[in-house]
Amino acid sequence: MFDGRASGRPTSDTDMTTATLDPELRPALFDYLLRLGDDALVLGHRLSEWCGHGPYLEEDIALTNLALDCVGQANGLLGLAAEVEGAGRDADDLAFRRDALDFRNALIVELPKGDFGFTVARQLLFSAYAHLLYEALRESAFEPLAGIAAKAFKEARYHLRHSSEWLIRLGDGTDESRQRAQTALDDLWMYTGELFEKDDTLRTLVDAGLAPDPRALEAPWRERVEAVVSQATLTLPEDDFMLTGGRSGRHTEHLGHLLAEMQFLPRAYPDAVW
Amino acid sequence: MNEVAQVEEFEARIRQGEKIEPKDWMPERYRKQLVRMMSQHAHSEVVGMLPEGNWITRAPSLRRKMALLAKVQDEAGHGLYIYSATETLGVDRDDLVQALLEGKAKYSSIFNYPTLTWADIGVIGWFVDGAAIVNQTMLAKASYGPYARAMIRICKEENFHKKQGYEICVTMARGTPEQREMLQDAINRWWWPTLMMFGPPDKDSTNSAELLRWKVKQKSNDELRRHFVNITVPQVQALGMTLPDPDLKYDEEAGAWRFGAIDWDEFWRVVRGRGPCNRERLRARRAAHEAGAWVRAAAEAYAAKQRAKQETNGVRAA
Ligand SMILES: [Fe+2]
Ligand SMILES: [Fe+2]
Repeated sequence: MFDGRASGRPTSDTDMTTATLDPELRPALFDYLLRLGDDALVLGHRLSEWCGHGPYLEEDIALTNLALDCVGQANGLLGLAAEVEGAGRDADDLAFRRDALDFRNALIVELPKGDFGFTVARQLLFSAYAHLLYEALRESAFEPLAGIAAKAFKEARYHLRHSSEWLIRLGDGTDESRQRAQTALDDLWMYTGELFEKDDTLRTLVDAGLAPDPRALEAPWRERVEAVVSQATLTLPEDDFMLTGGRSGRHTEHLGHLLAEMQFLPRAYPDAVW
Repeated sequence: MNEVAQVEEFEARIRQGEKIEPKDWMPERYRKQLVRMMSQHAHSEVVGMLPEGNWITRAPSLRRKMALLAKVQDEAGHGLYIYSATETLGVDRDDLVQALLEGKAKYSSIFNYPTLTWADIGVIGWFVDGAAIVNQTMLAKASYGPYARAMIRICKEENFHKKQGYEICVTMARGTPEQREMLQDAINRWWWPTLMMFGPPDKDSTNSAELLRWKVKQKSNDELRRHFVNITVPQVQALGMTLPDPDLKYDEEAGAWRFGAIDWDEFWRVVRGRGPCNRERLRARRAAHEAGAWVRAAAEAYAAKQRAKQETNGVRAA
């Protein structure tokens, strides 16, 4: 398993903090924290759209819980990103005053919430990844990130369990629910490859022991997803065509609308404090 | 024991301040009144998620977004909690919800007004949750045990909602001219509907006398309304805002605020379905219910399969 504290860079006795961070790592770390923060923010937004509209009152509460966890993670991660950037911005500036081209979330989280089957399938695919990612990030050599990861890991565990249980119910429920769950998986599949891409940002951070190698997460991710999907009596799509672009700001058409809604107030009243 | 004696004993217990519990004998009329009140209350919590939910995706900061998510989630929890308390009276939540969806059950008319700006989120927390606190603090002493206990638990959260709402208003009152304008506008729109939340004036309140006698309520609609006005007016003044009531004035002698006439025609109009959002609110609840039908069917089918499997395994094991 990845252990940033034991591997990689010749480090001093203590782990890195924002103050002791190697300046050369800053741009990559900033970029990486935006990816993590934007994933959480945008997914939280999509989950929050269910509030008041879920299939059960109990599920309204559960989905709102998930949304709350995500927005809380976004707040921590974007706050840390702003610190690392050191340009006087804060988490809200990053959330509300960047345009789509500067967002770094994976495409999968920005897709419209769809039906409940789509939301559940996406949550499973993403949470299985987030769970592995944050498990590893607890060992990041960048101490503040390891702190955030410890909490996010526990939250991802719950998100994964909740979405797994639902996917199994839907897959092994009625003909209609099975059909909907399978369609959702098929539709989402081409957005999963992006989660495991390794580019320059990641190469820098992996070498420095700040982030785990995403490629190393793919096999255990697939194993977990497959286990749930087969228990749900569904099948994983075989198509290996994968879409990409989110990490470099090439998004779907949906993100612009999401941001227009989310950022409306700070944009319309740039001088106001809320 | 004959029914007359039973009623006498029941009312004696109430006079002594005892709580009535689900297994205790109670007059059918008492049970019916409680089912009506409690289910209306639960429906209000649930329908109330809609106007505030309307601003979750547009909350102006991450902190405000989290607070609003948590608040609306609390309201869903209140709904659940009160539905379960109502079920202790021998009714079924699904039937209660069905009555709401068919437009046969009522919910608080306040939620038939729209949330137009972010200031509405502040003012709702402050006024609407504030009014709910006044009402629920009294209901926390209700003679029916499960209802009283539900109210005690819920009131704590409502207090937090009110504080949070007022804090939004304080921030806006200190803000830009546009923010102050938004805030004043929200106050103007929500003030009268909030006063109507306490129900019709005592002289027209058909249920009041009986509810007071059975200590479901301890105060009349008008008493509660006056109490709310007395605590809220100074809070409005502290923000440098005004209330849309030219007749509002302080009565030195009584040490209380006197307010102008409430438009009861508007109240009855909205109660009877002709408010700005009555149709939309019901349509949204129905849409969620219908869109969730296949999910509920799947969960039931899955549970049935699991039960069948367990039974087969049980037989094999035996
Ligand atoms: Fe409530
Ligand atoms: Fe509340």
